Amino acid sequence: MVDHGEAGPVRCNRCKAYMCPYMQFIEGGRRFQCGFCSCVTEVPPQYFQHLDHTGKRVDCYDRPELSLGTYEFLATVDYCKNNKVPEPPAFIFLIDVSYNAVKSGMVNIVCNELKSLLDLLPRENPEMDSVVRVGFVTYNKVLHFYNVKSTLAQPQMLVVSDVSDMFVPLLDGFLVNVNESRQVIESLLEQIPEMFADTRETETVFGPVIQAGLEALKAADCAGKLFVFHTSLPIAEAPGKLKNREDKKLIGTDKEKTQFQPQVGFYNNLAKECVAQGCCVDLFLFPNQYVDVATLGVVPVSTGGSVYKYTYFQAQTDQERFLKDLRRDVQKQVGFDAVMRVRTSTGIRATDFFGSFFMNNTTDVELAGLDCDKAITVEFKHDDKLSEETGALMQCAVLYTSCSGQRRLRVHNMAVNCCSQLADLYRNCETDTIINYFAKYAFRGVANNPTKAVRDTLVNQCAQILACYRKNCASPSSAGQLILPECMKLLPVYLNCVMKSDVLLPGADVSLDDRAYLRQLIGCMDVADTHVFFYPRLLPVMKLESGSLPVALRDSEERLSKGGIYLMETGLHLFLWVGASVQQELLLNIFGTPSFSQIDPNMISLPVLDNPFSQRLREIIDSFRAQRSRYMKLMVVKQEDRTELIFKHFLVEDKSASGGASYVDFLCHMHKEIRQLLS
Amino acid sequence: MSTYQEFIQQNEDRDGVRFSWNLWPSSRLEATRLVVPVSCLFTPLKERPSLPPVQYEPVLCSRANCKAVLNPLCQVDFRAKIWACNFCFQRNPFPPSYAGISEVNQPAELMPQFSTIEYIVQRGPSAPLIFLYVVDTCLEEEDLQALKESLQMSLSLLPPNALVGLITFGRMVQVHELTCEGIAKSYVFRGTKDLSAKQIQEMLGLTKPTAPGQQGHPVAPQEAAASCRFLQPVHRVDMNLTDLLGELQRDPWPVSQGKRPLRSTGVALSVAVGLLEGAFPNTGARVMLFIGGPPTQGPGMVVGDELKIPIRSWHDIQKDNARHLKKATKYYEALANRSAVNGHSIDIYACALDQTGLLEMKCLSNLTGGHIVMGDSFNTSLFKQTFQRVFSKDHNGDFRMAFGGVMEVKTSREVKVCGAIGPCVSLHSKGSSVSENEMGIGGTNQWKLCSLDHSTTLGVYFEVVNQHNAPVPQGGRGAIQFVTMYQHSNTKKRIRVTTIARNWADAQSQIQHIESSFDQEAAAVLMARLGVFRAESEEGPDVLRWLDRQLIRLCQKFGQFNKEDPTSFRLSESLSLYPQFMFHLRRSPFLQVFNNSPDESSYYRHHFVRQDLTQSLIMIQPILYSYSFHGPPEPVLLDSSSILPDRILLMDTFFQLVIYHGETIAQWRKAGYQEMPEYENFKQLLQAPLDDAQEILQTRFPMPRYIDTEHGGSQARFLLSKVNPSQTHNNLYAWGQETGAPILTDDVSLQVFMDHLKKLAVSSSS
Repeated sequence: MVDHGEAGPVRCNRCKAYMCPYMQFIEGGRRFQCGFCSCVTEVPPQYFQHLDHTGKRVDCYDRPELSLGTYEFLATVDYCKNNKVPEPPAFIFLIDVSYNAVKSGMVNIVCNELKSLLDLLPRENPEMDSVVRVGFVTYNKVLHFYNVKSTLAQPQMLVVSDVSDMFVPLLDGFLVNVNESRQVIESLLEQIPEMFADTRETETVFGPVIQAGLEALKAADCAGKLFVFHTSLPIAEAPGKLKNREDKKLIGTDKEKTQFQPQVGFYNNLAKECVAQGCCVDLFLFPNQYVDVATLGVVPVSTGGSVYKYTYFQAQTDQERFLKDLRRDVQKQVGFDAVMRVRTSTGIRATDFFGSFFMNNTTDVELAGLDCDKAITVEFKHDDKLSEETGALMQCAVLYTSCSGQRRLRVHNMAVNCCSQLADLYRNCETDTIINYFAKYAFRGVANNPTKAVRDTLVNQCAQILACYRKNCASPSSAGQLILPECMKLLPVYLNCVMKSDVLLPGADVSLDDRAYLRQLIGCMDVADTHVFFYPRLLPVMKLESGSLPVALRDSEERLSKGGIYLMETGLHLFLWVGASVQQELLLNIFGTPSFSQIDPNMISLPVLDNPFSQRLREIIDSFRAQRSRYMKLMVVKQEDRTELIFKHFLVEDKSASGGASYVDFLCHMHKEIRQLLS
Repeated sequence: MSTYQEFIQQNEDRDGVRFSWNLWPSSRLEATRLVVPVSCLFTPLKERPSLPPVQYEPVLCSRANCKAVLNPLCQVDFRAKIWACNFCFQRNPFPPSYAGISEVNQPAELMPQFSTIEYIVQRGPSAPLIFLYVVDTCLEEEDLQALKESLQMSLSLLPPNALVGLITFGRMVQVHELTCEGIAKSYVFRGTKDLSAKQIQEMLGLTKPTAPGQQGHPVAPQEAAASCRFLQPVHRVDMNLTDLLGELQRDPWPVSQGKRPLRSTGVALSVAVGLLEGAFPNTGARVMLFIGGPPTQGPGMVVGDELKIPIRSWHDIQKDNARHLKKATKYYEALANRSAVNGHSIDIYACALDQTGLLEMKCLSNLTGGHIVMGDSFNTSLFKQTFQRVFSKDHNGDFRMAFGGVMEVKTSREVKVCGAIGPCVSLHSKGSSVSENEMGIGGTNQWKLCSLDHSTTLGVYFEVVNQHNAPVPQGGRGAIQFVTMYQHSNTKKRIRVTTIARNWADAQSQIQHIESSFDQEAAAVLMARLGVFRAESEEGPDVLRWLDRQLIRLCQKFGQFNKEDPTSFRLSESLSLYPQFMFHLRRSPFLQVFNNSPDESSYYRHHFVRQDLTQSLIMIQPILYSYSFHGPPEPVLLDSSSILPDRILLMDTFFQLVIYHGETIAQWRKAGYQEMPEYENFKQLLQAPLDDAQEILQTRFPMPRYIDTEHGGSQARFLLSKVNPSQTHNNLYAWGQETGAPILTDDVSLQVFMDHLKKLAVSSSS
């Protein structure tokens, strides 16, 4: 953290790049030359420092911005909206209290959980109380705002039924400090489930709910985050009303893409407004049927929020997953009202961005909110010659408001070497990153192009890459031989996984909502996430050693043995596959029962048994869970059981039920493509 | 009956009726020549402790377009058990329940002393009374506190089964739900959006998802009552509401410097009217609006929130500079009409130092029979006591208020009804007795009075339609029947029937008789009402000219004079005071807008067209009492010559009570003589007007403004502006050292006025 006081961060005069290790100090330290645009800028007097004999500043290693790749500046008022120091952000909880929501137990769980969760609001200094203010809204066809002012004996409910023209009915007492209003809030959370226990209202609205939160933040003049707990397709008469449009018949046709586009333009505009205010929306869905994730997700995705989906939510089995997710979501470090800008040295240019954000122009990535679980993929293109001596520089600067209301700038710097030989390029590529990019690129494409065209493009591009290598780098060999660069030897297998994913190749049992959900989810995954998502991690857990994990297996049924137990992690799910003839001792160690038939396939966690094996297995599971931003529910799959179908779906090297090619088939296909290109 | 004076008094006491003429000219032509129309002031619910209501239903004439009620003027054939309607001459058999009647066993409605009779109707559901408080929260802390206390107090005055509701407003409008335990629930509306009744009901969740077959059936009131969460019986929500009122906060939205708070009065009223309309159509209800400033946003906005733009004045209005006036007036008129259709009345309690937009909102009360009360602050006894008096009870322990009144006028065929002026709306019922000639609210013989009390008085105007060449048979009488149906405050339906008759007279041969039957007090008030009614739509000077012309014509008709000789002009006793009334009326705030804000004018006019004759006369010509050592207190002329140094004056203008200490008295008081035992009589003298004033304060609604002033005091202007300026700075020295106080004015004095009138009356040219 760097604080330059009143003057703010030192920047290049022309390209406005921030001070970084790539700035060259000249003329005895009086000026510096920008590494990005080569412009020479005066060093401000208070920043002046002498240079040593190597031309480095004497204080080089005392200053993070001169020695580190990533650091933060404290921004000055000039970097704030309307030149005003931002107010601390606010969290608003908007809870669906329609019949479905109450019946599924969601309302009860949320209200209960919030009581303790409010103590865990994000803060920078663990010693201090969080400055984040909170507000509460419940809704079905109408919205109920709550006045939880600390001076009240009882919370007050304000019903707004004018959903066509949303407004916030109160100013004072809606957003409050948790500690000051604790009693009122607790009384409120106590009463909400009671109040709506007998509700018969089944219709809900959605657009006005977000509008309400947005208006509240506007009224309070602060950024913030909305937590929306929603159950059903919003069919009540209101802006943003939706209808059921799921149509399986469209799959595979040219019209399929429309199913990924939002139904109405309303949410796009709403998202724009949200971004302008720094209003990030997190959506928790508890659908029993089609809710149109593609449309509802527009606002969360554009505002840097997340969508969580708990289909057929049941308090008993899904509570843990939901609560873990919610806890993490509420507690994690967040920034608001952010703008990201990527600067590069001449020769390359950032041309495209993938992730959960909104862009008004081609260079500024605007995020109403962002958190530690969101990744943004940036595409760079050559637009000029690069020289091997200077390499290429990239600087990514994110201006944001921290959860304590401080305006900050986070700067990431990166320099890469340039090469003139293609072979060098192929030697230094990273397949996981390429897959991440391809997946995001393809998933974005399905909203605009027929799915088949997207798939063909993928194969084509991959073939191009490999053919190019074959043509230019590989040592001459027979035309029939498939030659892959060392770094890309896994490209075909991974690509096949992308192609087989539910988004691009849906099985009969995959709903449109699921596809839309996954599509949005991938959008903000980082490389590690996409890797495990497309190529799940499969571990044999017959023998466990402390300190190290077993070696992962390839995702193919051939690798499973009847006598083995395997743990599979996809980033969203966790499976424990149990072979039909596993040793009784092993079963006893894990499940506490020696009989295969007595294993309960509905268990959501392994029994806690006091033996090293059970302990270690649970340890592994916990460590997996800790690595992922979303809680993975454990599913025990018994060989030859009904549920095995689901598990098999993730054995991505095999032929899938939905018609996805096996690895071998795909490799052959790819080979054919390459040969075609070469000839 | 010896004199007309007594006759008039007797009639007023019995029937609550005062006619301008108590002998009616027998032809249309003669009637128009009398200048003052045949008309009456009628107090439908005049308090009659000696009149026990009868517990059965009235007997109606069987003719479909007549349906007059059996009354003492009907010819009855006791043997045949048949009665003849005195309006349409239809012969009707008595109903079976009257089988036992005979000359000696007459039902009450046939006895002459029961020309006014009240029936209690048993049929129909009895709906509870409904009070809906609509409270402005953009008040000063102190004002809001006082208002809250008043409202809390009022809950204890309501009957336990009455339904109450609460709407508060500032920038937003909040409808409070009263049933819920724990969390206080309220529905919020944006203050800038005009919503239809249907939308409001939908948003409040009042429209029930009715089964398809059920649609169109109106919901019975009881059913609606059970379902309406916003209006609940007092006994059930007493505590809840008291707490709710107690927790009521000032509007929390910040008001920046140089701005008025945003006050959504228009939407609040619209919600109130919509709520009642949906839940309780056609039952008695009272919307009580409490405001501390003008509506500043949304529909019905009277002035913008910029403080630098002041609220409209008469000057702006005359120059057509009042931006919001027309739109706001139209908005409130539409609301008032909707409310009137459903029989809900709207009271306005406006307490602010500046104007609050009464001019625009007056129709809400005027059309629905609601009260308007105007004060400086909710924290004054003027408001507090007035508000308390709204809930005052009569000797039976019933509220002095009635709801949903419908007054119907039936006339014998020589007379037709032209219209009525008062807190009523037309029901557009065109019977045979309706004249084409409209005066006031005409074109109907039925009017709705959404709320009325014992003093509510209508001016009803008639027309003699008998042609000149078809004389009325000797001894014939013209008859008029007033049938007033209303919901008594004990929720029972009642019908009061007043049947009156007056003799016909031939205007040519019996002009002296007609002249002596003239009720100049009633005539003055009735003419004044016509004038005020005109002033609402016409320019002030036009109205004055019209009044003058009527007066001159009346003097020409009845004055005795030699042509072109002003000194010979004489008026008979029955007309002698009339010109003086007109003189004061011309100077009154009802017709003069100078020195009054538009709100004040509206307020004064509002009360003028609803009070009974005595009060109206006080408003036209205030009463002045003089207290001195020279004798007992006496009424003195409302003249500047009555202002003497050694007198204490008490002036009652209905709206103000002024106690004025003459110069000497004021000096004595300042010197503290009243404290000294030897000047005990001075102390008593000072006390006398205070006691008298107290007596007036006790009974009057609304509470008058109480002013205690002295010679040279700034508040003395209230007195000086009312008295006849017989001595002004113009003629003081010419008159030498007369007693009295000169008034600095250019207004003409009564003497000048009279001289001028005489000159015009005797002139042959006009």
